[in-house]
Amino acid sequence: MSQNTDIQAPPSQSFSLGKIWTDKRTRGLVIQLIATLAICAAVLYLAGNVAENFQKLGKPFGFDFLWQESNYDINQTLIEYDSRSSHARAAMVGILNTLLVAICGIILASILGFFLGVLRLSPNWLVNKLAYCYIEFMRNVPVLVHILLVHGILVHSLPRPKQAINVSDSVFLTNRGFFAPSPVPEPLFWAVLAALVIGVIYAFWYRRQARIKQAATGEQSPVLWVMLGSIIGLPVLVFFLTGMPLSWDIPALKGFNFQGGMVLKPEFLSLWLALSLYTAAFIAEIVRAGIEAVNKGQTEASLALGLPRSKTLNLVVIPQALRVIIPPLNSQYLNITKNSSLAIAIGYMDIVATIGGITLNQTGREMECMLIVLGLYLLFSLIISSIMNWYNKRLALVER
Amino acid sequence: MDQAARTYPPGEHPDQKPPIGQSGLLHWLHTNLFSSPFNIFLTLLTGYLLYKIVPPAFNWLFVDSVFVADSRNHCRELGSGACWGFIGKRLGQFTYGFYPSEERWRVNLTFVLFIIALLPILWGKMPKRRDFLWVSLAFPLLAFWLLSGGLGLEPVSTDKWGGFMLTMVIGVTGIAVSLPIGILLALGRQSELHIIRWVCTGFIELMRGVPLITLLFVASTMLNYFLPPGSNFDLLLRVLIMVVLFSAAYLAEVVRGGLQAIPKGQTEAADAMGLKYWQSMRLIVLPQALKISIPGIVNTFIGLFKDSTLVVIIGLLDPLGIGRASLSDTKWQGLSTEVYVFIALFFFICCFSMSRYSIFLEKKLHTGHRED
Repeated sequence: MSQNTDIQAPPSQSFSLGKIWTDKRTRGLVIQLIATLAICAAVLYLAGNVAENFQKLGKPFGFDFLWQESNYDINQTLIEYDSRSSHARAAMVGILNTLLVAICGIILASILGFFLGVLRLSPNWLVNKLAYCYIEFMRNVPVLVHILLVHGILVHSLPRPKQAINVSDSVFLTNRGFFAPSPVPEPLFWAVLAALVIGVIYAFWYRRQARIKQAATGEQSPVLWVMLGSIIGLPVLVFFLTGMPLSWDIPALKGFNFQGGMVLKPEFLSLWLALSLYTAAFIAEIVRAGIEAVNKGQTEASLALGLPRSKTLNLVVIPQALRVIIPPLNSQYLNITKNSSLAIAIGYMDIVATIGGITLNQTGREMECMLIVLGLYLLFSLIISSIMNWYNKRLALVER
Repeated sequence: MDQAARTYPPGEHPDQKPPIGQSGLLHWLHTNLFSSPFNIFLTLLTGYLLYKIVPPAFNWLFVDSVFVADSRNHCRELGSGACWGFIGKRLGQFTYGFYPSEERWRVNLTFVLFIIALLPILWGKMPKRRDFLWVSLAFPLLAFWLLSGGLGLEPVSTDKWGGFMLTMVIGVTGIAVSLPIGILLALGRQSELHIIRWVCTGFIELMRGVPLITLLFVASTMLNYFLPPGSNFDLLLRVLIMVVLFSAAYLAEVVRGGLQAIPKGQTEAADAMGLKYWQSMRLIVLPQALKISIPGIVNTFIGLFKDSTLVVIIGLLDPLGIGRASLSDTKWQGLSTEVYVFIALFFFICCFSMSRYSIFLEKKLHTGHRED
């Protein structure tokens, strides 16, 4: 023990001012001290400026304006809202709209991206090159141009509601949006939903059991079919047994526009499509790189062991490729969420357009509104990254 | 006939043609397009899609399009395709914004100088590269003087700047300034000094967590509150600062990836040789780290260049801004597709050539003594 302390003790030397800079540790401390002081000074200076500016303009700082009447309308709302609702509620509408387009975008972009990534690896020259051209065109043009282009095409080339493109008298494509029938559940419909819940629970329970069984005995069970049967088959069966308790609200032309049914507004559609098509190109490259990163020997070994191609893909290639794919995929999902803020360019009312746009202009509370918007985006980023990190941890290589 | 039967001394046999179907066009077609029933199906499907999409698009773009016209109705009389006459009429605005027309030679001159300044940086084997590098070094000052005026030139305020010129200004300034800041941030994030590391990490995560558009809103609405009362500075400068900080944060992450890939032995060896921190970074670590991170750096640059279009939302007149302004002209309404396709083409050419250059650079710098 005492020997140890002897070795580690610094040689005692007389103190001199030059030592502070030549010794690595003290130099580090000095640099950090200076940095802290500089940062504190900068923060104080900026805060002082802010306080002085607020005083000069006679503005209070506070979030009480959120409870005032908003006095503006929003064209697409997921929750009840009108111009007499509060600014806070407008912000809520904006948040939900952002989340809606982000989640829809993530789903569509993932599907398209994986599909394109696989096409890019196809041995078929024509398919391969077509996917390549698509990816290069999409990636090298700003997403804002894509959004405006899609929006322009939707609004300018689709007909007015009176001349709507009619698909089997139930779906109508117009420049005011896509109208489709919306389902109206009847009283007995809860039985179908209950069947769905039971089906899902049973499917996962069955998969668990099948895995335990396979680990213990090596016997395989028809997991896929049982899962499909219980998740899809059971609700469908109940649906027909209860006498199809579902009717459709079909949109109909009244006056200048369609009434009833579901509507996808052109703003939402163009933002959703443009974001998904753009991000799909990036995801495709990630997927391609991920699959290519799996050593060819893995496939060959798996085939040599007698696994069929589909199992080779499912059990050998994809699990290894996912490890490479997930981290960059995470940042693409974050990008979709952040790029959804471009909604403001075409008038889709997301957070930036509601609280950071109209509310800001009406109340003149720039500081508070921008702080709310920035904080919300940081929160979204945090949530998406933590979900993806959790998923990534599950997939990560378990090393001993 | 008896050629096959003839005997040749060893090594004298003339080369024979490969069997049909194992070389040439037929072979290529077979392996690449028709190797299996599924592939045949894919080829036919894709071919059908192409047939459906390409000829109409080609007709719209070139055959039926109108290149000279006075108004939209005039266009429609002349042809059913794209109305490029509109773009032609507004080409000046698309390129220069509202830069006074008698001063536009200054923008052209700046662009020529930009090319001259760029050449020695991109072209490693250029003759007299060292002399030209001085031009590159002096270019930022020269460009600033030429574009904004003063010292004998008519001053042109930045709200008149616009079009592709504005895109280039934002893109080039952003790229040139954000790289050094990004490297410093990356080094800061890897630093052993806790406070420096926390500050850099916090800054990087904050910038990466929010969309650029909110930062631009901050620049246009909120930044004034942080300045001493009464002071105000140019909107373009504020935007540039935000764009630079934003892409510096992304670059920092790319460079950090490169730094982490350098084995610790490199730094330790540099320390052992008595190099100081900055010396070991400048001479040992960074050259290797930057080399690995070139693809990522160029991707960030491409991202920055594309993101420069967002300034339209806070009212700067980049090509999209000019496009939107000119679309509200009643004579030309409803031509948004032409405008956006034209702008898309400009960005595609710029960004695609950047990504090709990065691939070239990657190959050139891939000396491959380590991993291969």
